[in-house]
Amino acid sequence: MKNSLIILGFFALGLILGLTRFLPEVIMESDFSLYALYLLMFLVGIGIGADRSSWKVIKETNIKIILVPLCVIIGSLVGVGAISIFTPEIQLKEALAVGAGFGYYSLSSIFITQISGETLGVIALISNILREIITLLAVPIFVKYFGKLAGIASGGATAMDTTLPVISKYTGKEWAIIAIFSGIVLTILVPFLVPFILEVL
Amino acid sequence: MITVLVLMTLGIGLGFFVGKFPKVIKGVDKMTTWSIYLLLFLLGIGVGLNEKIINNLHTIGLQALILTIGAIVGSLIFAYITYKLFFKSK
Repeated sequence: MKNSLIILGFFALGLILGLTRFLPEVIMESDFSLYALYLLMFLVGIGIGADRSSWKVIKETNIKIILVPLCVIIGSLVGVGAISIFTPEIQLKEALAVGAGFGYYSLSSIFITQISGETLGVIALISNILREIITLLAVPIFVKYFGKLAGIASGGATAMDTTLPVISKYTGKEWAIIAIFSGIVLTILVPFLVPFILEVL
Repeated sequence: MITVLVLMTLGIGLGFFVGKFPKVIKGVDKMTTWSIYLLLFLLGIGVGLNEKIINNLHTIGLQALILTIGAIVGSLIFAYITYKLFFKSK
């Protein structure tokens, strides 16, 4: 949670500097965010490769656990796909890319900005932040009406960290490992799925 | 974007080897966090400079919200089905 606030703080700071044009020309004109993205993805890769515990979780648990992130992927994409059918302003491809953030707003918005521009990037940022916030607030209700996987599904990629405490509290500790697994799988998939949707589909 | 995926795959390979050194991992984690801060800061600047976004913020916000609702409701329905079919006995 603290981390999310700092991230939002940096975004807000940039926003204010941009709005007030209180910036040196160099920053306004050059685009070094692409190189920063290269660096970030290299680092994220190292993090995934180095994380022994995430590989262990995957090896030690029942095979049907894979159904959990799978139903989050299908559910999210079908959901945003349905929205795009009823809202002519939103194209299917754009909706799918935003939905494929699964709540991982920092990385998904960075990717979408780079590929499709700032407008869709901001939609992805807001939408995926909202996913985290709504999950934090509504897990008890979701679990009551949609069963024990509801919190994990709603949290998406955030089920492994920011929304894990509420999920585990309202679903039961024994579900925490499934939440972490699902969150890890979705987190790893975001950098593959978002560019795939925007560039290949 | 292919560059990004290649870099990430290289990173994963390198990660397998440096995984043994907690100090390196800690440094990588820190740098990851700061590059996320940097990129979101830059996105903030880009948005602030972009009048098209600033003037349409209410529409953009609304679109974001309905997409979120779609993603969550879709996930909940599929999670409910998956739970009933495969996890209920647990």
